[in-house]
Amino acid sequence: MTDISRRKIILSGLAATAGVAGLGMAARIAKKYGLIPPDHGGIYGPGETLNYAFQRLVAQHSLAREFPRNQISKRPFPNEIAPPSGAFKRLQAGGFIDWRLLVDGMVERLGSFSLDQLRSYPRQSQITEVACEEGWSYIAEWTGVRLSHVLNIVGVRPQARYVVYFSIEPDWWDSLDIDEAMHPQTFLTYGMNGDDLPVAHGGPLRMRVPRQLGYKSVKFITRLTLTNDLKKFGKGLGSAAPEAGYAWYAGV
Amino acid sequence: MSTSDAAQDLPQASVRSSTSAPATTARNPRHSPGVRISHWIITLCFFALLLTGIEILISHPRFYWGETGNDLTTPLFRIPIPSSRNLVPTGYGYVLPDQNGWSRALHFQAAWVTVLTLGLYLIAGFFTGHFRRDLAPGKVDFSWQAFSAAIVSHLRFKRPSETEAWSYNLLQRLAYLVVIFVLFPLVIWTGLAMSPTFTAAFPSTVTLLGGRQTARTIHFFVSIALVLFLLVHIVMICLAGFWNRTRAMITGRAATRMERT
Repeated sequence: MTDISRRKIILSGLAATAGVAGLGMAARIAKKYGLIPPDHGGIYGPGETLNYAFQRLVAQHSLAREFPRNQISKRPFPNEIAPPSGAFKRLQAGGFIDWRLLVDGMVERLGSFSLDQLRSYPRQSQITEVACEEGWSYIAEWTGVRLSHVLNIVGVRPQARYVVYFSIEPDWWDSLDIDEAMHPQTFLTYGMNGDDLPVAHGGPLRMRVPRQLGYKSVKFITRLTLTNDLKKFGKGLGSAAPEAGYAWYAGV
Repeated sequence: MSTSDAAQDLPQASVRSSTSAPATTARNPRHSPGVRISHWIITLCFFALLLTGIEILISHPRFYWGETGNDLTTPLFRIPIPSSRNLVPTGYGYVLPDQNGWSRALHFQAAWVTVLTLGLYLIAGFFTGHFRRDLAPGKVDFSWQAFSAAIVSHLRFKRPSETEAWSYNLLQRLAYLVVIFVLFPLVIWTGLAMSPTFTAAFPSTVTLLGGRQTARTIHFFVSIALVLFLLVHIVMICLAGFWNRTRAMITGRAATRMERT
């Protein structure tokens, strides 16, 4: 009997040690391969980390589904936006001629782009679905320039790991890891369904991240910042979403 | 493990070979430790998933069929409750508190634990013969007589016999098999089919279903089916003796006539 219990104690001790060592190893590997999201703390951290790590391992290079033209939604739902700020209204009154996209942070050259400049770059289109975390969705054709194209113009320094993007509206910002930012379907969009992008849908300039939920596609983009450390922004959770209780990684 | 457990384990072998079936099993666990642990982990996760699922549903209590659907399109049906978002046309003049943020986080965390536990349970279930021995219906069970007898005895709310307390009857086996091999896989599949990243990697998971909104609607109905199973499960346990059955799923031991005399 004592033999059995001693063996059990030794075995469970070994198993516990192996478990702790395994977890430590997993954490180191996860960190090395960038599998840990900025909002990995707190009681829901393990779930957020599994969601993000799974995406990095399984879906990093996959493309969001694209649809035939006849599946474009007749009535795309624009969702709610706060009343535009004074700064937005002034630019809107001028036909967005003075709208600028600033690019700073870990770049070789600071960038400042007008909408006409962005329109002069290779024009890309995608017919993809916007899915809200609430459950509704619609399909639209989005036209714009690949974010990677703009990033290559300013030159991303090798240390940069994230692109932080800001709306002209206060407290509306988000970020992407560099792979998602360089993904061929990540667009700075200025057109929708063959027209200029309507203000209700984020015009004149909206980030489009079709492999993630709608809230990642922030409206009214005026600034991009490249960084290696998201702790410097807001509460350090990577975007405004986790500060409101939502996941930074919005692929589920 | 303590020494008292080991002491109880020892006489089993001799008892097993010398006496009849119900008496011998009195000292065997009714449910193996693996079954007990996974049962309670999944129970806990199920309640978390149900509660958070309801909270997520409240943010948009409308359902659609096909790929897309939103407040501007006609729903397949809607749940007649107020929403936690003010743009949803519910017919109510007020909104409920918005709990969508943490609900989504807990929903996915509980889903991960469920999927991992269920995966281990399935692997272990095949290797230990749990499915073959405890859940697969026997050949006699497939006769029409056996099937109708089982249904009749259920309709009469007959309490199970002592020997039946040590295994599952036909209807139980079928119910558990449907839950384990149909409803759980389906609810996981339709859940994943709503993830824009997962469907980017595996597009057929959503196209086979007929679209994202169809996946969401099926997810809802499978959840309803699981809740119905849970209600019947609890009613049956109450009829069969709540504490005895619950204890069997916690400690592995169940009271039998032999223990009582």
